Formats: sequence, C-alpha cells, structure tokens
Amino acid sequence: MNKVLLIISREYTTRVKNKRFLLVTFLMPIIFIGFISGSVYFAASGKEETTIAIVNDPGFLKENLNSDSGNVVFAFPEGADSTNYANMKFDGILYPELSEGRLVAELHSSKQLGFETTRYIERQLNKALENKLLLEKGIEKNTLDSIADASEENVLLKNMVADEDGKSSESNVGIAYGVGFGSGLLIYMTMFIFGAMVMRGVAEEKTNRIAEVIVSSCKPFELMLGKIIGIAGVGLTQLLLWITLMVALSSSLSAFIPAETYQQFQSMQQGQQMISGGAGVNPTALKILEAKSTLIESVNWMLIIGCFLFYFLGGYLFYASLFAAIGSVINEDPQEAQQLMLPITMPIIFSFVILQSVLSNPGSPLAIWTSIIPFTSPIIMMGRIPFGVPGTVPYWQLAASMLSLIGGFIFTTWFAGKIYRTGILMYGKKASWKEMIKWSFRKS
Amino acid sequence: MDTILEVNGLKKYFSGQKAVDDISFAIEKGSVFGLLGPNGAGKTTLLRMITGIFFPDEGNITLNGRHFEPLRDNGLIGYMPEERGLYKKMKIGEQVLYLAQLKGLSKKEALENIKTWFIKFQMESWWNKKVEDLSKGMSQKLQFVTTVVHNPKLIILDEPFSGLDPVNANLIKDEIFRLAKEGATIIFSTHRMEQVEEICNHIVLVNKGNKILDGTVGKIKQDFKENIFEISFDQPLMPEHTAIHLFDVRQSNQNKLRIRINGDFSNNDVLQYFISKELNIRSFNEVLPSLNDIFIRLVQGTPEARQFHN
Repeated sequence: MNKVLLIISREYTTRVKNKRFLLVTFLMPIIFIGFISGSVYFAASGKEETTIAIVNDPGFLKENLNSDSGNVVFAFPEGADSTNYANMKFDGILYPELSEGRLVAELHSSKQLGFETTRYIERQLNKALENKLLLEKGIEKNTLDSIADASEENVLLKNMVADEDGKSSESNVGIAYGVGFGSGLLIYMTMFIFGAMVMRGVAEEKTNRIAEVIVSSCKPFELMLGKIIGIAGVGLTQLLLWITLMVALSSSLSAFIPAETYQQFQSMQQGQQMISGGAGVNPTALKILEAKSTLIESVNWMLIIGCFLFYFLGGYLFYASLFAAIGSVINEDPQEAQQLMLPITMPIIFSFVILQSVLSNPGSPLAIWTSIIPFTSPIIMMGRIPFGVPGTVPYWQLAASMLSLIGGFIFTTWFAGKIYRTGILMYGKKASWKEMIKWSFRKS
Repeated sequence: MDTILEVNGLKKYFSGQKAVDDISFAIEKGSVFGLLGPNGAGKTTLLRMITGIFFPDEGNITLNGRHFEPLRDNGLIGYMPEERGLYKKMKIGEQVLYLAQLKGLSKKEALENIKTWFIKFQMESWWNKKVEDLSKGMSQKLQFVTTVVHNPKLIILDEPFSGLDPVNANLIKDEIFRLAKEGATIIFSTHRMEQVEEICNHIVLVNKGNKILDGTVGKIKQDFKENIFEISFDQPLMPEHTAIHLFDVRQSNQNKLRIRINGDFSNNDVLQYFISKELNIRSFNEVLPSLNDIFIRLVQGTPEARQFHN
C-alpha cells in the first residue's frame, strides 16, 4: 500500500509541477470566460444594421412596416433603383408586388444577406400584410397598435414538472439543455485528455524500460493503479481549480456592471416595470445579470457539481485502466495505438453523438438505458441530471447508474491489470485484442 | 559457506514453449556468480523469476534461507535489467530517491545512501540534471547506483558493462568486487565469456532453457582441458625436433610451440624429450580452454554457437 502511495505521489507531483500543467490550468478559464464575454459582447453590441430600400410600395408598407426594432431599417427613398441603391448607401433593394392577396417581393443585394436577416424581413413583411388585412376588416389602427404593444415579449412558457411527491417545480428546459450539454462535453473531453495521459504514461514507462526496474520492486498492478490514481488527482486538481477560477472570474464580472444597472435589475426582479430607455442603463449588462440570476436559481448546482465529480471520476476510472492496458501493449509505433484504441474510443464517441438526442428527450428509453450502462453513463447521465432529480431522473435510475459504474470500473481495472502485467514486459511483438483477452485469463 | 539463493527445478513456459526448463543451482553468500548463455537461452526469464517479476510455473526459490516471497523480499534484491530504464524527464536526484523508497528505504536513509554513492562516483553535481541530458556512460553509472542504493544482499546485473568505456567499466568492476567482499552476492548475467573468466568464481551455463554446466571457473576448465601446452625455447626449432609420437603440434613459430600431448604420456615425458635434444626451455605452460571454447564445444552445431565464434 505504501508503494502505491509513493507511485501516486510521483505521478501527481511530476505532472502538477510541470509548467504546461500550470499554463493550461490558469489560461483555460481566462480563455473560456474571454470567449463567452467576447461572444456576448459581439452579439449584443456588434450587430451591423442592414438598410433596405423599398420601391414601388403597393400602398400599405410605409404605414404598416415596423422598422424600430431589430437590425433591419426600411426606407422608402425617391429615385432608387437596382443600379444606384448601393451608391445611396443601401445594402439591398426590395421590389414588393401584391397579386391576388399574395405579396411577392424580390430582394436584390450586392452581398449575401444572412439567414437571420432575410427571415426577419420576411416576418416584417408578413406582419405588415396581416395588419393591412386586419385594417381592411374594420379594425381600428389604435386597437391594432395597442395589441401589438401588449403582446410583444409578454408570453412566458413555464414548464412545471411534478416530482414523485406530486410537488411541482419549474424547470427551465433551455438552461437544463445547456448545462447538460456542457457537463456532457466536459466529461467527454476530460475522459479523452486524462485517458490519453494514462496511456502515454504507461507507454513511456514501457519504452523507457523503467517498467522492469519498477516491477522488481512492486506488483505491476500497483504500478498501474498508482498511475491511474495519480492522474485522477491531477484531473481533479485541474477541474477544481477551473471551477474556482470560473466562479471568481464571473463574480468579478459583476464588478464591471454599474451600480444603477444593478439597482434597476433588482427593482425589476421585485416586479416593477422597467422604464424603457432609462438613463445610464446598459441593456447588455442587464441581460448578463438576468441570465446569471436565472442560471444560478433554476439549477441545483450542488447536485450537479457533486454528480459531475462522481461521473468524472467514475468514467475516468472505467476507461483509464483500459487506456493503460493499451499503453502496455504498444511499442513505439503510434499507428498501433490508434488501431487498438478504436474499441475503447468508440463507446465514448458514441455517447457524445447520442447526447444530443438524449438532451431533446431526456426521458426516452434510449436515454434511460444509456445512462445506466457504464460504457455510456458518465456522459449521458450528466446530460440528464440537469433536467431534474428526481423529476426526469428517478432516484432508482441514478442509483443503478452509479452502482453499475462502480462495478464497471472495478471490472475494467481487474481486466486491464491482467493485460498490463503481461504487456508491460513484452517487447517487439504486436499484440491483438484477441491475444490480450487471452492474457487476461492466464494465471500469473 | 552459506548459500544465499537456491533455485530448485524452476520451470517457466510461455504459450507452450519452454523458456526455462527445470533449472536448479545454489549460490554462495559473497560470491560473484556468472549466469551465462546465448541470447534467448532463458537467462532473462530466469532472472525475472529470481527478482519476483515472474512466478515460476514449477519449482521453488529459497532466498536467505527461507521461501522467496517477492513482496516481502524484494528489498533484498537489486536488479539492473539488460535494457536500461530510467525516467528521461525526471531529475536524477528525485529519481534515485524514488526508486530507493520503492525498495522500502525511508527518505532519510535513502538520502544518506544516495549522497555516499554520488560522492563515490563524482555525481554530486548531477542532482538537478535530467536523464535525457546525460551521456550513455553517465546514465549507466546512474543505473548502477539505482540498483545498489538500498544495499541489497543480492545484486543482479544483466550485461552491466555494455556501452561503458574501459575507465567506467573498471570503476564498476571494482565496485562489484568491493560489494562482494563486503558480503553482497552478485549474479552477473552475460554472453561475454572473457568478462566472466575475469570476474566470476562460479558459473552456470544455460542453453535453450536447460542448464548445461555448473561449477567454479577453475574446475570447469580442468574438466574440459585437452592437454595442450605452450613451450618456448631459447633457440629456433628444427623440423626434426617435432617429428615424434609424444605429441601433435598445434601451432609453431620460430622458437615457440603449442602441442597436444598424446594420451599415454605425461608432461615430464615431453620435457625429458626436449632436454635430451639439448634444447633450452624458457617456459612450459598448460593452456586451459577458454570458457568460450568450452561453450562452443558444448553447443557445437547449434545456431547459438555461431555467435561465440566471433
């Protein structure tokens, strides 16, 4: 036991003291946060306005076309045509034509307008046509405007999910989807990163021929176990540092938001109406605050982080020993590793592929079974948990999944240990999976 | 003399092939023991069983008077495998410390021993270097230190001199003798016979998994001697001097003669013959066969023999 501890501490300290580890650990969250805030910033403020000139208005567009909101501005200039609209600083020119109640419009532009933009133009034209028809049926313009004001952004769909006690709680599908995908992706990535680290470490010991020196001091299984646990420690350290840094960085983000925006946000939360265009209120900052508060409130973070650490460790332990077994049989040819790795990487990639469909239907039989089978459960179960425990994921499923994962990694470690023991001292010969399975049945 | 290691009827099979087939021998405490044999003879498998890396399929090993338990006893053994291995990117000092601790030394003991050895081999300034920065000879020295740093009772060296220049080879050879004098037992595995004659007291020769020779170097040579003598004279020899049924001439030049004395005659018969011819004999020596010759004779005709002709 003492020897395993020695091996663990060597594996852990040599990696954690490595400059590359420090670099990755501290740069990743900064890059990550930078990436998110960058994309939020560009999404909120960096939108370019598209101006569209409309000629030959069939008579109702000028009054009914709404050009206040969105990023498309409609104008009705005199004398514009398809040859000179660009010179008049328009991005496109629109020729609408009304025939038999259908509005056919041809849009000319010098460059391809985006999907969102063309969809927006289509929607606006549709609304204008609708308004025209409503007006013709005798509805007053005032009534129409007040309905439009009232209905805009005033729909909120709340999905109440009943748990086993019959208590209903609000679930936020969008956030659950995002968190589920995020944690699934993170498990997927870490399983590959740390699995490959174990494999490389074992292969290094084999090609360096240090393995033979070490197994004359301890059992091969102890060496393998020490390496796997040591690298698990490295992974946990990295994840915990990331989580801490992320929390610290994102709370420091609030410091950049002006105090009045914050007050505005609080008053909004207390049910007061937002004074539109209020002085000094930055809508982007407001949105970030809003997103942050729903994110923090609607998700059971303690449960998710707890389960995440469990599935990270369980999934890692399940696959790491198999990666170690491969590391022990390969020689210096990386091609060999690729071939042997395939049966192990397949289920990991497969889990990630079906994650999307599981996220859109987290209660389906596919989702339930793949979240219990240990080959796929670390990724799939982490995708399902944010949808609610015990709502979407009953306790029995969580228990079954965790127990089968624990049983699974005990089995893979035992199995891989047998292959490792033979492989680590075998040089020059290329082993196949068939041979490796045969080794696993052999007595020492 | 006490025996430190005794192996009895050891067998190890690999997928039906006999790597080691019923080998037994005993090694005396404080001796330098040579385990010889061509490549693929089963030396490494045998050593791996003695170091506890492999379990024998049959037979048993007794170390220091009791049944060998790898997990309990591996601190008594220092093993330097033929293929040298060290962590390339690890600092040398930390590496030796780690390997010594794996052998069961406390950190304090390990540091003390490392210091002694580093001073002896003038390696004090190496502590923070990495193995990848060392030359081949330097890393050989380091490997030797990692093998003996925990003061093992039984030191197993597989081809310890390969890749060493004569100066460093002598340094290690001297250490081997010193360690043996201080009571450690050395198992020295090689296929370089001339080194064995120089270093070992006792040898075992294996081929194709079987033991084919066992004994002290002197005794083996006596057993395989062929009555060959070398005689040198003060004056050149005439052809008529050697035309006699007492001996066959193996080699002759000017005033030197190598002969094989025929069955019924003794050394004295030959000496008397030359004296009667009034030749002044300067020296008269028996030529014992080299282990190389003996081995070739034993495995004559097999492909393994060829590598010893070179």
